[in-house]
Amino acid sequence: MSSIPVSTQVDPTWRLPHRGVVGMACLIVAESAIFLIFVVAYIYYIGKSLSGPTPAQVLELPILGTICLLSSSITVHFAVSALRKAKVREATRGVAGTILLGAIFLMMTAREWYFLIHDVGLTIKTNLFGTTFYSLVGLHATHVVVGLIMLTVAFTLLLRGRVNERHAEKLEVLSLYWHFVDGVWVVVFLVVYVLGR
Amino acid sequence: MTNGHPVLEAIDQTVEARRRPRMDVVYGWVSTVDHKKIGLMYIVYALIFLVIAGLQAMLMRIQLAVPNNHFVSPQVFNRLFTMHGTTMVFFVGMPILFGFGNYLVPLMIGARDMAFPRLNAFSFWISAFGGFLLYFSYLGGDGLYGAGSAPDVGWFAYAPLTAKVFSPGHSTDYWTLAILLSGIGSTGTAVNIVTTAMCMRCRGMKLSRMPLFVWLMVVSSGIVFVAVSPLTAAQIMLTIDRYLGGHFFDTQAGGSAVLWMHFFWIFGHPEVYVLVLPAFGFVNEIIPVFSRKAIFGYPAMVAASVGIGFISLSVWAHHMFTVGMGPAGNTFFVFATMVISVPTGIKIFNWLATLWGGKIIFKVPMMFCIAFLFQFLVAGLTGIMLSAAPFNWQLSASYFVVAHFHYVLVGAILTALFGAFYYWYPKVTGRLMSEGLGQWHFWLFIVGFHLTFDFMHVPGLLGMPRRIYTYEAGRGWEWWNLIVGIGALFQTAGILCFVWNMVRSYYRGEIAGHDPWDAWTLEWSTPSPPPSYNFAVEPTVFSRRPLWDLKHPEDQDVNYE
Amino acid sequence: MAQSSFRVADSGLLRSPTSIFDPAGTPAKSAFGLSMLILSVTLAIFLIVAGLLLYVVIRYRQRPTDSEREPPQIYGSTQIELSWTVIPILIVVMLFLSTTRVILETEAAPKPSNALDVIVIGHQYWWEYRYPKLGVVTANELHVPVSDPAKPTPTYLSLSSADTDHSFWVPRLAGKMDLIPNRLNTMWIDPQAAGLYLGQCAQYCGVQHAKMLLRVYAQSPEDFATWVEQQKKPVVQDFSGNAAAAEGQTVFMRNACINCHAIAGTVATGRFGPDLTHLASRDTIASGPVENTPANLRQWIADPNSIKPGVLMPSMHLNDHDLDVITAYLTTLH
Repeated sequence: MSSIPVSTQVDPTWRLPHRGVVGMACLIVAESAIFLIFVVAYIYYIGKSLSGPTPAQVLELPILGTICLLSSSITVHFAVSALRKAKVREATRGVAGTILLGAIFLMMTAREWYFLIHDVGLTIKTNLFGTTFYSLVGLHATHVVVGLIMLTVAFTLLLRGRVNERHAEKLEVLSLYWHFVDGVWVVVFLVVYVLGR
Repeated sequence: MTNGHPVLEAIDQTVEARRRPRMDVVYGWVSTVDHKKIGLMYIVYALIFLVIAGLQAMLMRIQLAVPNNHFVSPQVFNRLFTMHGTTMVFFVGMPILFGFGNYLVPLMIGARDMAFPRLNAFSFWISAFGGFLLYFSYLGGDGLYGAGSAPDVGWFAYAPLTAKVFSPGHSTDYWTLAILLSGIGSTGTAVNIVTTAMCMRCRGMKLSRMPLFVWLMVVSSGIVFVAVSPLTAAQIMLTIDRYLGGHFFDTQAGGSAVLWMHFFWIFGHPEVYVLVLPAFGFVNEIIPVFSRKAIFGYPAMVAASVGIGFISLSVWAHHMFTVGMGPAGNTFFVFATMVISVPTGIKIFNWLATLWGGKIIFKVPMMFCIAFLFQFLVAGLTGIMLSAAPFNWQLSASYFVVAHFHYVLVGAILTALFGAFYYWYPKVTGRLMSEGLGQWHFWLFIVGFHLTFDFMHVPGLLGMPRRIYTYEAGRGWEWWNLIVGIGALFQTAGILCFVWNMVRSYYRGEIAGHDPWDAWTLEWSTPSPPPSYNFAVEPTVFSRRPLWDLKHPEDQDVNYE
Repeated sequence: MAQSSFRVADSGLLRSPTSIFDPAGTPAKSAFGLSMLILSVTLAIFLIVAGLLLYVVIRYRQRPTDSEREPPQIYGSTQIELSWTVIPILIVVMLFLSTTRVILETEAAPKPSNALDVIVIGHQYWWEYRYPKLGVVTANELHVPVSDPAKPTPTYLSLSSADTDHSFWVPRLAGKMDLIPNRLNTMWIDPQAAGLYLGQCAQYCGVQHAKMLLRVYAQSPEDFATWVEQQKKPVVQDFSGNAAAAEGQTVFMRNACINCHAIAGTVATGRFGPDLTHLASRDTIASGPVENTPANLRQWIADPNSIKPGVLMPSMHLNDHDLDVITAYLTTLH
């Protein structure tokens, strides 16, 4: 009665988007919603802490870390376009640069937290500022760590010569994630260090 | 039945027919990445939880059947309604619909699997682990050595009741973690479904030719991204509060209880649409086939679904008309909520127009769909009543609300799901479910449903709040609660028929063949059950109803699109 | 305003002291009026659509005489679809405007200068009422003056919570309003006939949410003034001729009772539990579930869990004699 409709003529124009890119786009939408909620909570609680310290007293602008993280978006973009042109060596360099810049950003965050926890005595328990600050910045830092792990895996594979231009799409998916993490940092920076201070 | 490639089919059947050692079978299911097996696991898993949460509902109805009852203690009752709600939403509703989505979406779009098969398996197992964790709380939530046990904070767990001070022990932690895991699993599956629909469609299947069920799964999954994530975020915050001493919802340290309400309902209301849209999808597939007509107004249906998706994100605070948002906030959410009835109305009218002029065949799937239409209409109308804030100040948190949302969840979603079970069971197992038992199931269930949920509205109008474990005589609530309890018995009997029908038909049901309903979408073009690769040759389509074109070469759909 | 001449509440099975269809105050009446409008509109929609559905499934059901041919395929019609988009939009706009009017009537009503102020604080599982201008503190039974519609004397409630979320709901007087810690909500009631209005907590607040009952006594202005005078009177300290009560007071003050309960003019100043200064003037104890009789009071003190399982008041494990004398003491607190 029924059978699979099969067409003998093949339609050469039939092309659908790459599933990695679509999947990552969906994930980014979902992650944005998570960050949005944390940002809303942060903004809602600005100035609502019942005790000190306040952001104005203890927060410094993380200029160096921000510059590093934002420029790592450029290096990862550079790595992807290099891989697309089959320049594996340059791609490896780009990924390595990204990892380095990301690591510097994390170290700056670690230094900031050490200062806040050890010298100022501000912990997640201290007040609403502590709770929202460590949660939001920590959530972002966790995403940086995840990105760094994935980049390190890519780096290792690149070094071992297991990557060629056919994998450019995969590296691009990874770079999308990294750009997203950078974009979130811009929001976090504006909310925490500009608006909230 | 002719098939273009009998050889492939024969090969596949020999593989399936060989008896394998039992452990191999178990290993096969646990390690599978096949979308059909994962879909089935989702469905079976959800059905088990449906039975558990249904029994919890029965216990509550026994307790409330007469005033001043001592059948269960208040502590046990509070755990019952918390577990019933949490289980039904997160471990029955979501998995069962994702199960159908998993099974059907690739088949309907002519694909061989989901876009990310391993992510698919991961999502299922992480959700399954969440459900396990929730029920482990009966043992682990200080149940064996302390006073606590399962969570008892209610399924929306308003702060600050969830704070350590008011909920000592670990039961609330189990609740939080279970939902966190289920949220991760849901997001994973939603990503998968959207990507599959976007990237895996067979040749010729433009978005404008995609079956409406797939469209609705895509919209539903889209809502999951933006609605489940806020819940995940809120649960992370609650975990920080409970484990690290944070103050997000700690009212003693300046935290806000209302913030939790917002975060929860930003999830909570769209969640209703996450659950109901796939149910619309079932109805969109079943009604045309059993009235022998194409769906009326396909583009309007798609537009209405997408519209519902967007509007659903802006109505959440109609759950919060009584928290004192002030006239401006209340007015906005009244408007947004009332507006959503417009696209919903369009859908109902389009279904009616599909039936109009058709040749309606009353097989069990269709009967459930007609019941769905009727019940969804009522649920929508009580929804309009609840959307009017001043009326809502009286009705909210009363049994009227409980009746209203059960009308949506049971009267619309579960009813459509039953239709879907009867409709696709032959595709999944190769055998038809019994029509006779199906009739019994239908009538027992529908009578029970109306006894329970029609009459449940009344005590709400008479001032009975929800979540009370007992009530005093003389408030005029006794008879209504008794009738509600009796209805629950009928529903249970109906469900028993259903379960028996599924088990019996698996062994003794009539052999279905490829296409028992003379239907039009791609899943009916493969053998039943479909082989693991779904389609021996990837299909190509030229219209919304590829099998209609094949069966009616003289009057092809492609001429009308 | 739809008056309660339409007495749904009087029809047998719908009789209830907490029916929203038997409003006795302005907010409840305006909600009732709106509900009647919405009920009639939705009923009309229901009859039309359900009627259509019924017609369609009967008219177009498959008959044995039908030919084998498929029915004509219709794919849609922009005109028809437009009409069933526009008509619902008009209905929505109409309902929205009438709803907005009632929201403003209730929430944005100007507060008259003669309004009575009451602070309502929700506790797990009882109600604290403070009348700041009158200097009265009481629990669980709210007394307010009747409000003459011609010359309204409404009562404004400022609602907050000491622990978890609660909700104040006396259906015949007004819709509910939540009591949320760290937040101040307001609502007003104006009972237009003297009498007792029942209700209960409507937001799940913990184990004994079910027995956190509300009792609002609407009294004529004279009766209300008498009640206020009596509540302001210092508590009787003269136990001559009542040795049991005298001993009961000593036992009460020696035990942990005073950590949670206050009795004005004594060392008992706790605020965790209800103020007991005029306990004997109340009709019920334990926030409503049982009458205020000496026997119930004694049982309540002996084992609160037997009346309200999960209540926060502990059993003090007093011996029979102490129970007797404390009960005797508490029954003197008029």
